[in-house]
Amino acid sequence: MRIGLFATCLGDTLFPEAVKSTAVLLARLGHEVVFPPGQTCCGQMHVNTGYQREPVPLVRNFADQFGDASIDAVVMPSGSCAGSVRHQHELVAERYGDAALRAGVATVRAKTYELSELLVDVLDVTDVGAYFPHRVTYHPTCHSLRMLRVGDKPLRLLRAVDSIDLVELPEADSCCGFGGTFAVKNAETSTAMLQDKMRNVTSTGAAVCTAGDSSCLMHIGGGLSRIKAGARTLHLAQILSSTRTSPYVLTEAAR
Amino acid sequence: MSATFLGMPATPPRSPYGTGNLRGDRKFPAAAHDELRNEQLRSNLGRATHTIRAKRLHVTGELPDWEELRDAGSAIKTDTMNRLPELLEELERNVTARGGTVHWARDGVEANEIVARLVRETGSDEVIKVKSMATQEIGLNEHLESLGITAHETDLAELIVQLAHDKPSHILVPAIHRNRDEIREIFLKEIPGVDPSLDNVPAHLAGAARAYLREKFMTTKVAVSGANFGIAETGTLSVVESEGNGRMCLTLPDTLITVMGIEKVLPRYQDLEVFLQLLPRSSTGERMNPYTSMWTGVTPGDGPQTFHLVLLDNGRTAALADRIGREALNCIRCSACLNVCPVYERAGGHAYGSTYPGPIGAVLTPQLAGMHAAKDDPNSSLPYASSLCGACFDACPVKIDIPSLLVELRHQHTEQSGTTAEKLAMKAAGAVMSRPKVYTAAQKASRLGRALARDGKLPALPPPLNGWSDSRDTPAPPKQSFRAWLASAEGAAAMREASAEHTRDQQQEDGK
Ligand code: SF4
Repeated sequence: MRIGLFATCLGDTLFPEAVKSTAVLLARLGHEVVFPPGQTCCGQMHVNTGYQREPVPLVRNFADQFGDASIDAVVMPSGSCAGSVRHQHELVAERYGDAALRAGVATVRAKTYELSELLVDVLDVTDVGAYFPHRVTYHPTCHSLRMLRVGDKPLRLLRAVDSIDLVELPEADSCCGFGGTFAVKNAETSTAMLQDKMRNVTSTGAAVCTAGDSSCLMHIGGGLSRIKAGARTLHLAQILSSTRTSPYVLTEAAR
Repeated sequence: MSATFLGMPATPPRSPYGTGNLRGDRKFPAAAHDELRNEQLRSNLGRATHTIRAKRLHVTGELPDWEELRDAGSAIKTDTMNRLPELLEELERNVTARGGTVHWARDGVEANEIVARLVRETGSDEVIKVKSMATQEIGLNEHLESLGITAHETDLAELIVQLAHDKPSHILVPAIHRNRDEIREIFLKEIPGVDPSLDNVPAHLAGAARAYLREKFMTTKVAVSGANFGIAETGTLSVVESEGNGRMCLTLPDTLITVMGIEKVLPRYQDLEVFLQLLPRSSTGERMNPYTSMWTGVTPGDGPQTFHLVLLDNGRTAALADRIGREALNCIRCSACLNVCPVYERAGGHAYGSTYPGPIGAVLTPQLAGMHAAKDDPNSSLPYASSLCGACFDACPVKIDIPSLLVELRHQHTEQSGTTAEKLAMKAAGAVMSRPKVYTAAQKASRLGRALARDGKLPALPPPLNGWSDSRDTPAPPKQSFRAWLASAEGAAAMREASAEHTRDQQQEDGK
């Protein structure tokens, strides 16, 4: 399959390891990974903060970059960006776009997947041949869970990982408090939510808290690092791309 | 211009500024700042919301057709809103035919005046009240008090709130922010003739309230209620409750005055079948609530002999005029969205400054009262008081897509806000990120942040980002962006190696 990789602006700029892992994983599974170099950002932050005119050029650029019929599927290692492409681009195009944009958005929307959806639903794999001999707990980010309805797909992928010690996260489906600009505009309420999430993460004794979205991981990871919780965050793709021959080297998290 | 030109239809009025209880005195983050420090509130709320969540999940999970019920509830409500005017007129006709009197109130001020006039006409200077959000919304008790009329709340939790000169913090559990020691203190101080040895045992506290209320039920001639549903087809009103205090108010007095928001109308009697399943399961987590009262106009010799229905707009038509936002009028006030909301769970109801707190309140309050009524209107902060986690949408028995409504209101806010620093930043970000070359250059510039970093972390960030960096570390930008890696020799080699691994695996498979 010819898979268009959308790195997301956050992944491309701040968390490239998660994107590298996604690319390597898909190539290892025998797929051709294409990276349209004109790609930038999906505009999620704009829409969620109340701006719908300003992201029109971003939505258009996304549709242009990935619209090509030679790209069979578009994947992104982010539940919230996939949610934005699937649910918000249409809104922006309806309101402030033209007929061409509406058509472009509809085409790309239909072939856009978050990583675990692509693996399980489209490529039909749950065992990707990964090896990760550490204790891990999984946080199902809100947009993956409730906007995309990925359900237990990420967990099925994790359960198939060789030597993993997967432990359940208490109150897993509670929001970590990130919410994009929410964490800035309502920083104190966000922090109160983060504290409960961190307490639940550390209660599992896991070395790693994983998820399918670098933005939530930046939030949880930023908190864990600040309190020196002895646990770190790692993107799902980084666990899935770790193998016996080239294992992910986990360094001790600060305590 | 021809004489028949009537101009553009005016935007329907919102709840008048400075009236009622649809606006706090400060923005959400400032109010939440104080509430977050109230340990008692946080632990009560945490415990109560978790208990109700579990009960709700249990009783909604056991129904095989729960999703179909939600769809039916949503469809009935959407149909209702699409033909609200005709249904309200049908309701008026049927209430009138059965001996009731219908009054139309454009806003809270008019409704308060109507109710006060009706009470005065009875000659009474006291009323008993069934818990009602509509009358809380318009500040009826305060209005009556200013005219020398005393309103006695009869719902136990509402009574506690009233005696404490407090405001409700939860739709369904108005005194959720109080514990029993506090309630004992309030009763000792405020209930005339209460036994001074009253302890904090819940049954004893309830007993004290009961003795006080029974006396009021037997001696007060006028009651004021809200309504959960008003049936257009028959003119029947309904109140759904748990304690039976409502039943007393609705049956014992001579005169009953019901204040109902116009969105509470339902087309058919049969529709109750759907809502009497959805409401109790979603709100208290019960299969059926203990008391469901229904009355139709006046029945000679039985119950109140004078019945008035006050239909309240107070911004509802304005909400209805909003193509996307009108979905919020489908709300049946079950409070399920509050109980699952992580923001409400921490900040509590008072932080919203409105009769309607929580996720739906963050939508409904600005819709009814506006969010640009004054400079720095506190209501303009409400649509942002959410992480958009979506738990509310999943819980809502009538499937209101609250996160999308919040995003819509945020958009309405930015559209009406003129040029702000944030808007300029968003425009600039949009401009940079829609030009790949400029974007790549900006990415490179962000590497400069590495110079500021220590131990791979950025130092405390300047405003407006300081709230973030107060409790979270921010990693320094990596040496190389993903795209730079992919274009590098290292990236190309890694991708080649990954593909080669697949080919080797294939060959091994084939060789087997
Ligand atoms: S919005 Fe839905 S969940 Fe919230 S109170 Fe209204 S009906 Fe209940």
